[in-house]
Amino acid sequence: MKWSRRHILDTDDWSRDEIESVLETTGAMVEVLSRPVRKAPPLRGRTVILFFAEASTRTRVSFELAAKALSADVTNVTASGSSVEKGETLLDTVRTLEALGGDLVVMRHASSGAPYFVAERTSTPVINAGDGAHAHPTQGLLDAYTLRGALGDLDGRRVVIVGDVTHSRVARSDVNTLVPLGARITLSGPPTLMPAAWRCGALPDGVAYEPDLDRALDGADAVIALRLQKERQESGLLPSLREYTRVWGLTGARVARMRPDAPVMHPGPMNEGIEIDAAVAHGTRSLVETQVRNGVAVRMALLYLLAGTPSLEAA
Amino acid sequence: MDRGEAQRAGLLVSAGFIDLHAHLREPGFEESETVATGAHAALRGGFTTICAMPNTEPAIDAPGLVAELLARAEAARGARVLPIAAITRGRAGKALADLVELARAGAVAFSDDGAPVDDARLFRHALEYARAADLLLVEHPQDLALSGRGVMHEGSVSARLGLPGIPAAAEETAVARDLSLLELVGGRMHLTHLSTAGSVELVRRAKGRGLPVTCDVTPHHLAMTDEWVAGSRTFAYDDHRADSTPKARRGVLGGTESPRWAYDSSTKVNPPLRTATDVRALWAGLADGTIDAIATDHAPHASVRKDVEYDQAAFGVAGLETALPLVLGGVRAGWCDRDVALAALTAGPARILRITPGADDWIAIDPDAEWVVRGDEIVSLGRNTPLLGLTLRGRVVQATVGGEVRFRGGRVGEAHAAV
Repeated sequence: MKWSRRHILDTDDWSRDEIESVLETTGAMVEVLSRPVRKAPPLRGRTVILFFAEASTRTRVSFELAAKALSADVTNVTASGSSVEKGETLLDTVRTLEALGGDLVVMRHASSGAPYFVAERTSTPVINAGDGAHAHPTQGLLDAYTLRGALGDLDGRRVVIVGDVTHSRVARSDVNTLVPLGARITLSGPPTLMPAAWRCGALPDGVAYEPDLDRALDGADAVIALRLQKERQESGLLPSLREYTRVWGLTGARVARMRPDAPVMHPGPMNEGIEIDAAVAHGTRSLVETQVRNGVAVRMALLYLLAGTPSLEAA
Repeated sequence: MDRGEAQRAGLLVSAGFIDLHAHLREPGFEESETVATGAHAALRGGFTTICAMPNTEPAIDAPGLVAELLARAEAARGARVLPIAAITRGRAGKALADLVELARAGAVAFSDDGAPVDDARLFRHALEYARAADLLLVEHPQDLALSGRGVMHEGSVSARLGLPGIPAAAEETAVARDLSLLELVGGRMHLTHLSTAGSVELVRRAKGRGLPVTCDVTPHHLAMTDEWVAGSRTFAYDDHRADSTPKARRGVLGGTESPRWAYDSSTKVNPPLRTATDVRALWAGLADGTIDAIATDHAPHASVRKDVEYDQAAFGVAGLETALPLVLGGVRAGWCDRDVALAALTAGPARILRITPGADDWIAIDPDAEWVVRGDEIVSLGRNTPLLGLTLRGRVVQATVGGEVRFRGGRVGEAHAAV
């Protein structure tokens, strides 16, 4: 299919064909990354600006490697803390980005919706690399690609997502990407970390909520554990991290409730010993490192599609 | 034109609208609004009298400040301005302001609006003390702990947008508290900007058992839903059409209806835009008399406070100039009689304030004129409205204050061409 999107802000309104198209292109990028020289020329002469207003090493490095593997020039614009406190507003930053004249902006921001703000005010295509608790489109796509690799067709497969769903852009993007591919999602975790509407039954299509993790995992085809922010305890949402680990931590015994060889995933960075046992995190079912590898290929695929699918072969 | 000419021109003649709730921002926030700009924006919306909320800097909590406000309003020659003074000193919620002296200086009511009087004991004493001089308290019902850091209604839309929510209960527990205190103490209490079905029901029952409570609702809560935060621009009373057509290209979580309007901070308002069910309940409350008045909660903001990330933006919608068409929309949908709706903009607030406006405060309305909301035509300094660019139906053609024509809109019957 012909790629027509200008920005990647959220996958929530993507068709299955669009998702398939990105996954297919990701396959081509995996091939590029397996070449002796892991580099292709399609973005030569173009500049990708990485604007990370929230600390993130993994995603930023992943995008940087992806852009460089496609021969783009990469510039980092960082901003720490709240822009309001700093005295530089997001609007100022947008004007600066516009003046710098990059060909593409990849942005991470602590406020849900910030990429919409930027996309509306600039002529440059924007890729959302994570906005608040809203969306993390490339994570959703790389999780879909990784699950496809492990399970094949996702039609009818059941994937458990466990943890702090309320504050998780990863959970939302996983749902938005996996459900159109035919998977069903079971969310699990403490009711205080579940969006109120979803906890009360107004769930999106293809999604269920099961607070009892053991029951959620029975016969499941895969599980994705979310990172637990330790400050949730202080804000009264959790009695203690110890209790969280006892009730919702991924242990070997819990993982064994799933179908044989059902994979375990985590967007990283992991709190080993809190939401996931070290033995599970690094065990035979774990796809955590595969996720990281696939992340580069997925990001290459999006950069490539947004750049208008130039040739992958050297001229 | 006089009344007769207006009627002969096919216009609807009404008593001037009275707004119980407007933020004029002066002193302290003159980049967002002044008494003069607010009083003229009011006229464009058909309001010949507006009550000015005291959450200025400094707060209107001393007789001199009331007098100064009245003097500025007089000089502006716009709508009449009636000062509401603070209930507590500096609106700090710690100690009562000099309510009787403030009333003598011209304050028509008292409110810490922007925030509730969070301390129930102090609010009880405010009600008790106000009885001494038969004063009106206007309470902003909100449980601050429950609303927390929320920025929109807590529900399906906030769940998919990943924005922290304000549950309906944050308003309803406060309404319940206020009604309990009114039952205990008696007096004159008005609850402003009710936004949920539960709040309307609480007030309906309280009135049923004879409590002397009154309440109002805003035009934006009568017209818009939380879907507007996700980019919808479909009015609640027009939404029956949307039900029958499945929304194309909306994904699993429901999606953002229009990326251009998603997360637009002009939809950020306190109390937040609620669900279609709540909107329907507000109209039912208006139609059956549970809701006494429509008040704008006109909350203008300079662009620096709105042109930022959604969670960092100020709360508030500039509402004076667009109130009439939003109200007429529900009337056209058959949700309320036109006379009842217009009474909520005129006789209703007059009764709450115990004022009798003169017959020479009147307006002429073209209820069917269509016009486009354009930023550069907005009289208020605050252009923070999600209605920008939309076509509305119903406009004020002329506003007369004390017999003097102080506002004249486009030519009679003229509809701005939609572009």
